[in-house]
Amino acid sequence: METVIGKYNYWIYIALMMIGFYAMIAKRNLVKKIVGMNIFQTAIILFFISTAYKKDATIPILIKSQEVIDPAKYINPLPHVLMLTAIVVMVSTFGVALAVIMMLYKQYKTLDEDEIIEILRKKK
Amino acid sequence: MNLSEHSSILIVVIPLIASFVNIFLNFLQRKLCYPFFVLVLGICVALSIDILCQVINFGVLRYRLGGWMAPWGIEYVIDHLNAYLIVIVSSMSFIVAIYSKDSVKKEISKAKLPYFYSTYLLLATGLFGITVTGDIFNLYVFLEIASLSAYALVAIGEKRSVLASFHYIIMGTIGACFYLLGVGYIYIITGSLNISDLTRLLPSLYESKVTLTALAFFIVGIGIKIALFPLHRWLPDSYTFAPSAVSAFASATVTKVGIYVLIRISFTLFEPKFLIEMTPLSNILIWWSTIAIFFGSLIAIGQKDFKRTLSYILIAEIGYMVFGINIGNKEGFIGAVLHILNDSLMIGCLFMIAGGVFYRIGSRNIEDFNGLNRNMPITMAAFTIAALSMIGIPPTAGFFSKWYLIVGAVKAGYLVSAVILIFSSLVNALIFFRILEKIYFTKNENTPMYNFRELPISMMIPIVITALAILIIGLYSGEIISSVIKFSLPKGF
Repeated sequence: METVIGKYNYWIYIALMMIGFYAMIAKRNLVKKIVGMNIFQTAIILFFISTAYKKDATIPILIKSQEVIDPAKYINPLPHVLMLTAIVVMVSTFGVALAVIMMLYKQYKTLDEDEIIEILRKKK
Repeated sequence: MNLSEHSSILIVVIPLIASFVNIFLNFLQRKLCYPFFVLVLGICVALSIDILCQVINFGVLRYRLGGWMAPWGIEYVIDHLNAYLIVIVSSMSFIVAIYSKDSVKKEISKAKLPYFYSTYLLLATGLFGITVTGDIFNLYVFLEIASLSAYALVAIGEKRSVLASFHYIIMGTIGACFYLLGVGYIYIITGSLNISDLTRLLPSLYESKVTLTALAFFIVGIGIKIALFPLHRWLPDSYTFAPSAVSAFASATVTKVGIYVLIRISFTLFEPKFLIEMTPLSNILIWWSTIAIFFGSLIAIGQKDFKRTLSYILIAEIGYMVFGINIGNKEGFIGAVLHILNDSLMIGCLFMIAGGVFYRIGSRNIEDFNGLNRNMPITMAAFTIAALSMIGIPPTAGFFSKWYLIVGAVKAGYLVSAVILIFSSLVNALIFFRILEKIYFTKNENTPMYNFRELPISMMIPIVITALAILIIGLYSGEIISSVIKFSLPKGF
């Protein structure tokens, strides 16, 4: 029970990741696929941020008057910084995917993968 | 200021800045875009050779970004393996850049050309970045720069390429995210992202499940990026429908750099003994890659489209390299690393020829290759060299790396894999001799007589250069092994 409730954020990350993964693999609508992709990537952000968290800790800003620095009182800033970079990467991936989807829609007038494959088969 | 001190950062920064400058150049003077693009990649070749010379003379190069010390700041580390890879990537990108001038004009509308050059430079930036960096998160960022520009480049191609590109995006993103999760787990357990720092920290944590999870995520993530057999779905479509120059460049470099990342993760980040003795991973990868070689070759026989045939052959070749890395002896590793060079030349050359044939006859179908010898004798001579190298006929480069791989396989006792390797060579022989027969001996009345001459000179020179390089590297492969590859062997091999 402790592993479920005490680490619930990790369980949420796994659940979100699986939802995203399922959508990317199984959904036939291309927009749903990239929405799944976004959920998948967001789950990873949640994972990284969870690793940085400490109970009763605060943001890592040093106040000059403080003499002794106790690392346990500050959350780890590095995963947050990494995730800022990862968010940029995710946004650009999303942008490229949307651009590709627009091109696909212009070509086939549909966003359903099965219908596109059907059109391609007919052309042959 | 000594410039060559900074060459490891310049090789990333120059193409990055150039790719943006190129777009502005487009507004000023469109004619300048192409010369500028080739010039930048030429500078990269010079820098990469400079880096290789520095590494051979002075050993490992370390460059601290912004002067921050290693475990805290980002560090660029270049040893023999990186330097070798950088030279391959830069020279292939330069050669294909020359080739792209006429080839791309036919396949892409004129207004898009400057953007094509910029994206191409971004892809080169990403690949250089992956090879120079010594930081696993930085590697992720460069991996995504390379992949994003590869998606865009694939989508520029003919009509069907857009759907291929979409599948590539989905698969590539899953791969990259798995890699990122691997980085996350490594960071949780060690608190570091620097590869040399991790090499020191990880051995005491090999028992931990977190390390194993990280390793699993890394391997599957990179497996998708390099299109290892069951995860290869994105590759054949993307490389078939992409513009010829993109297929040539991407097939010659993107997967090879992926193999390099696999080597880094398996043997620098973790110790070889962790993969080979403490986990069954290397055994799994050996069988996995053996299946990849078998199926890649088998599916390649049935294809009619020449570029698609090459894509499946490429999947088999990836299997060769993954196999060589994982058998865990000196011969196998040397064979795999040598095969990175040979394969990038062979597959690059063949894709360029496929593009050349498409340029002239407008078809990629193998059936239409009849009697091409009369029209394009030089290109077809180059094709013959590349095809013989793919099969593994002695004076060509392909023979030597395959020889090392088979010797390694026999030495490690993987006889089935050795047989599969030979089988794959036979299949290549079947595929290429069939095409060669069409080119040189078939005089079919049903196919139209083509009346055109050789390819334009800007397409011919790159093809001839790579074909000659295949022969020359074949003759000097001993030198390459003794001066570069020998030093890149992991500890304990």
